[in-house]
Amino acid sequence: MITKVVMEALSPTMEEGRIAQWLKHEGDAVKSGDVLAEVETDKAIMELPARSDGILRKILVGDGATTAVGNLVAVIADADEDISGVVGNGGEKGEKGEEGEEGQTVAAPAAPAASAASAGGEAEGGRIKASPLARRMAGEQGVDLRRVDGSGPGGRIVKRDIAAAAAASAALPVGGAEGWEDVPLTQLRKTIARRLTQSLAPVPHFFLTSIVDMERAAEAREALNALGGEKISFNDIVAKTVAMALRQHRACNAWWQESTIRYFHDVHLGIAVAVDDGLITPVIRHADRKSLREIAIETRALAERARARKLAPEEYTGATFSLSNLGMFGIDAFTAVINPPEAGILAIGAITPTPVAHEGAVQVRRRMHLTMSCDHRVIDGATGARFLQTVRQMLEHPLALVW
Amino acid sequence: MPVITYRDALNQAMREEMQRDPTVFLMGEEVGVYQGAYKVSRGLLEEFGPQRVVDTPIAELGFAGVGVGAAMVGMRPVIEFMTWNFALLAIDQVVNSAAKMFYMSGGQVPVPIVFRGPGGAALQLAAQHSQAFESWYAHIPGLKVVAPATPYDAKGLLKSAIRDDNPVVFLEGEMLYNMKGEVPEEEYIVPLGAADVKRPGQDVTLVCHSKTVTVALKAAERLATEHGLEAEVVDLRTLRPLDIPTLRESLHRTNRCVVVEEGWPFCGIGAQVVDDLQREAFDDLDAPILRVTQADVPMPYNKHLERAAKPTPDQVIAAVRRVAYLD
Repeated sequence: MITKVVMEALSPTMEEGRIAQWLKHEGDAVKSGDVLAEVETDKAIMELPARSDGILRKILVGDGATTAVGNLVAVIADADEDISGVVGNGGEKGEKGEEGEEGQTVAAPAAPAASAASAGGEAEGGRIKASPLARRMAGEQGVDLRRVDGSGPGGRIVKRDIAAAAAASAALPVGGAEGWEDVPLTQLRKTIARRLTQSLAPVPHFFLTSIVDMERAAEAREALNALGGEKISFNDIVAKTVAMALRQHRACNAWWQESTIRYFHDVHLGIAVAVDDGLITPVIRHADRKSLREIAIETRALAERARARKLAPEEYTGATFSLSNLGMFGIDAFTAVINPPEAGILAIGAITPTPVAHEGAVQVRRRMHLTMSCDHRVIDGATGARFLQTVRQMLEHPLALVW
Repeated sequence: MPVITYRDALNQAMREEMQRDPTVFLMGEEVGVYQGAYKVSRGLLEEFGPQRVVDTPIAELGFAGVGVGAAMVGMRPVIEFMTWNFALLAIDQVVNSAAKMFYMSGGQVPVPIVFRGPGGAALQLAAQHSQAFESWYAHIPGLKVVAPATPYDAKGLLKSAIRDDNPVVFLEGEMLYNMKGEVPEEEYIVPLGAADVKRPGQDVTLVCHSKTVTVALKAAERLATEHGLEAEVVDLRTLRPLDIPTLRESLHRTNRCVVVEEGWPFCGIGAQVVDDLQREAFDDLDAPILRVTQADVPMPYNKHLERAAKPTPDQVIAAVRRVAYLD
């Protein structure tokens, strides 16, 4: 059997991929699931698996070459099978249209269960197949169709799949599940959203700045690090503080979703990490429930994986709020750009010894600028200010972190 | 309650309406002295005399035209066709005269006429005498089309058809004439344009009419005992106007639908039902609506081929399993 190997969409936003290197070579016997090649996507280096058994007969896109998602990159077939018909219309042509789709459907039958399980009811091209009734039920019961596996023909999501998904989510223990609440927009909120969007499209930012006295936080950090173990950075302290403050200020822990605002019950904190040719924002999940030490360890690990471009898609998506820190570059203060659909991001500046009036005398104290960018469609000025006030108070009284 | 045949239920309907209204009369081939090719008019000549029970020559176009003319001047004729296969000769009067006069006279000339007789296949009458013409007549604005499945409905609907001021095409079934069922002694009518739930269920809606009501009910019994599915059987009874609200309400509960009919698939009654429901019940549908029809061929004469060409409970069950995503 001839199976076309195509460039697969290995990240949610991937449009093309570069073959980093082939791990199998022409003539090698391969089994379904074997890693054929490493592919560099827009986010990370991912593995391209074989979808059927056979001989890797022909490689059409070599090491270092880039091709669009859906394009033919290799052919798996039996040893003596004639593959000239397949190779003839090979992958160098920009066959994103019918040819590309055909390539995908030919490759898919080898592992339909695996691909269906990972993609839910989502068909090629991102369209979700669901019966009209299933769509209506999903809307009414708050079931995300992208997370439902369809049991109908061609993966169509039907009534029983929604019923099962709704029952499964209802059965999850309280507090242990991912939770949120979709609050419909009021007319006022819609009006605010429309007008602000018109004035500062696409995301109407505004900025709040606070200067935080970091003397006590610095003392706490020195004391903790003197105990040994994983070193705690100022960034870790700010991350922990922000996560705990977000728990008190749910209004800032939210996504703008056009027709609703999603207020999260959990805090998933994105931490911007500079990589060679850009930046990526790995996510500390449930940061509000993790200890300072756990956050420090996880942040270090994620940052390393990010620099090695080894992050899996679920490790850099789903943040509910983000941090960006340029303090290590000596930047005193800056404004960060919101990562939609998140409603806020906090920019952390350098900690700088500064002469200030303190308890009636001029003292040199370590000070830090925090600048919060807010999406005004979600967060109003006073809402953001109260959140930032909590962050500042907690940093200036770091014992609050043990509460 | 008395149990009588479909044939006698139709006879009662005509007798009662002729007693009730002196403008009602019956005309057709062998309706008088011979008392009807299928004995539907038994005893009527004796009771009402040759002025009101009129035997005609074998000339369908002619006596259909006489009937339309009589209706235009205030009579309420019931025109019996020996079968609807022979009525093809008269279709010009049905379509071009009866269905058009009220409209073309600007509402001045109603045509209160009933064309009735058996339609569809019986047993081994071959291609020319085994045809279900429901969709032919239902296509025509200006006609009402009725196809009862039980003695009760046959009587109540024929009485409504005779009283209606529009031309009504009334399709009976040769294979139904001997069917027995309860018919009350007291007078009743069944309104035109109202479907009837013959069996309640929550898993799938079976839409049917005339002979296929029996097919659907048999399928429903087996679906319940062998497949654990409760089918709701909805008898359309009137094909034009279609009772879409009843179907919509049924689909709201069942989310799945199979349409069963005796006619051919192309442009059939089921095609119209599906068209209405995909608009009216879109958000209630969990699966595409499927159809079970006669095979798309002239009816074979050979007994085994004829049986294979007709819609069966097996075909209905197979379609139900598909819309329920069990196969």
